[in-house]
Amino acid sequence: MVGDAGFWFIQILNSLQMSMLLFLLSVGLSVIFGLLNFVNLAHGSLYALGAFIGYSVAQASGSVWLAFAAAPLAVMAIGAVLYFLLIDRLRSAGPMNQVLVTFGLIFVFLDAVRYLWGVDPLGVTQGVPFSGRVEIFGQVYPAYRLFIIVLGFSVYLLLHLLLEHTRIGAEVRAGVDNAEVARCLGINVERSFLLVFLLGCALAGLAGAVAMPAFSATLGMGVSILVPTLVVVVVGGLGSLKGALIGSLLIGTTLTFGQVLVPDFAGIIMYALLVVVLLLRPSGLFPVRS
Amino acid sequence: MMLASKKTCAAVALAAALAGGPAAAEEYKIGLLLPFSGVYAGLGAHIENGFNLGLEHFGGELGDNTVTLVREDTEAKPDVGLAKARKLVLQDRVDAIVGIVSSAVLGAVRDFAEGAKVPVIVANAGNNDMTGARCSPYIIRVSFSNAQMNRPMGDHLADKGIKKVYLMAPDYAAGHQMMEAFKETFLAKGGEIVGETYTPLHGTKDYGPFISAAKATDPDAIYVFYAGGAAIAFVKQYHDFGVKDEVPLYGAGFLTSPAYVQVQGEAADGITVGLHYVPSIDTAENKKFQDAYQAAHGKTGSEFAVQGYDAARLVVEAIKASGGDKEKFDQELAKVSFDGPRGPLRLDPATNNVIQNIYIFENRFADGKVEQVVLDTVPDVQDAPNGCSL
Repeated sequence: MVGDAGFWFIQILNSLQMSMLLFLLSVGLSVIFGLLNFVNLAHGSLYALGAFIGYSVAQASGSVWLAFAAAPLAVMAIGAVLYFLLIDRLRSAGPMNQVLVTFGLIFVFLDAVRYLWGVDPLGVTQGVPFSGRVEIFGQVYPAYRLFIIVLGFSVYLLLHLLLEHTRIGAEVRAGVDNAEVARCLGINVERSFLLVFLLGCALAGLAGAVAMPAFSATLGMGVSILVPTLVVVVVGGLGSLKGALIGSLLIGTTLTFGQVLVPDFAGIIMYALLVVVLLLRPSGLFPVRS
Repeated sequence: MMLASKKTCAAVALAAALAGGPAAAEEYKIGLLLPFSGVYAGLGAHIENGFNLGLEHFGGELGDNTVTLVREDTEAKPDVGLAKARKLVLQDRVDAIVGIVSSAVLGAVRDFAEGAKVPVIVANAGNNDMTGARCSPYIIRVSFSNAQMNRPMGDHLADKGIKKVYLMAPDYAAGHQMMEAFKETFLAKGGEIVGETYTPLHGTKDYGPFISAAKATDPDAIYVFYAGGAAIAFVKQYHDFGVKDEVPLYGAGFLTSPAYVQVQGEAADGITVGLHYVPSIDTAENKKFQDAYQAAHGKTGSEFAVQGYDAARLVVEAIKASGGDKEKFDQELAKVSFDGPRGPLRLDPATNNVIQNIYIFENRFADGKVEQVVLDTVPDVQDAPNGCSL
């Protein structure tokens, strides 16, 4: 029954899984936002591209693992093209132009996906790793979801090490803190920008590829994930890894438990949380600059 | 302009009547009003493919008359749909509009079409009210109503001895109408609803939490309506959580639509649903449709493609019956009946909604493919008028 511990434990796992997917998406967006002062509304489209490219790789090679490796790289390459064609030029164009251009990109990507993969939803059914189930406290839980949870935390740890304990990480942090001063100190802020942008794209591609076996690849998936991702970025605070993680956990948990406890309000509960956080801390929970 | 063309029509009809021969050739303009972009683009493509195939198969019966098509994209948005409907009627001067996937778009177009006296042949949108309280002589539906496929499922589950059911559907009009129709027949036969949840229409498509919560109420079965990407995600997640071994899953047939059941694969195994079409129907009409559709598009014709196919046949039959007289064409539309890929099909004179068979079928996964096996055919399912007077 609803009263037993196993049930709530499963829901905690569900919220962790949701959170980790949101984290993979929002961490790139957040750091790009913080570092470049750039809103990339097409970030969700990169997630969708990751799923569709992952599908094609898995179909062609028969290996879903290869899809997990190839999709982030392919999406990163698309990100590089975007960066040199558009993003780099838009850097000084002001937020309104950036929003308009990246909003337009959503439709470009939507049509590109429709042209290349057609209009029907796609998914892989064969060779998915961790397709079994595990039993926890007498409750059955899909092993694949545990895999997503572990993957999310692993990415967090790797990013943490990269940002806190490497020279590149220090340069990125310096760039987020104060780009002007960092430049004066001889740091190549432009290179950090590019690096962060590409990493963010790769993580969005990874999220898409990993989500595809469980959720399928659909035309609208990039658009529907965009809003929760933006909410995570705003709640967590711009530009911080910790903010992205805490924001994801908060939104993932709120969404999951909101759905279970007050299903009638599940659609708005995320926004209610957003309003509360913005009232109490207008620049998010863990902003790099306040 | 309008007057002039009417006069011409009358003159032509008169000349034909005097000559005693068949009416002179007329050009019928049909506006295809479908979502070709946005999240419903898939359904739009299926319906258009079906419609074109229907014209190919039955166009020979038009005699000297011709059908020309004007395509417009609704983007599945009510305001865009209405603007495009206006364009089709006022600028292109179409004789009928065919299509409309989203019930919201149909709701927006309805009053305009009635005012302009241009028939709308609905090839998808299932809102009960459009052939119920808000029915119109100019709204003719060849697809389905939301209630139509769910009432027989309520009977089916109750007859199987299932007592306690948990309901789940997306939180919008169609989700609620489908569940209400199921409840109507299931409760009447002594069934019990142990819980129901309406999940957010937009968002993450993570149904894990809902599925866990539904299972915790210990039902005999779970009955749901999901469609498209949400249906794939739901079926896969239901399978992943291993709930199906303990609690069987039933639903409105879009849950395992022929359009995407192969993507669900093994996850669809054992799910029983009710729908107005299933590709395994064993009739000559269905074989002809499926063979031609698969040859042209390389995939199974879905229920959406059949809706387009039958809409095309409806147009052709009405043109034939009116003998090229456009004045009569409007009235002939609702009188058409034929045996199509989904079996016998006619329109309810009380509501203009389609009367058709509902197929209850089970999905069985074997050798890497899902087979849809018909368990029961409920003939001539007809909606009550529900406040409609034409």
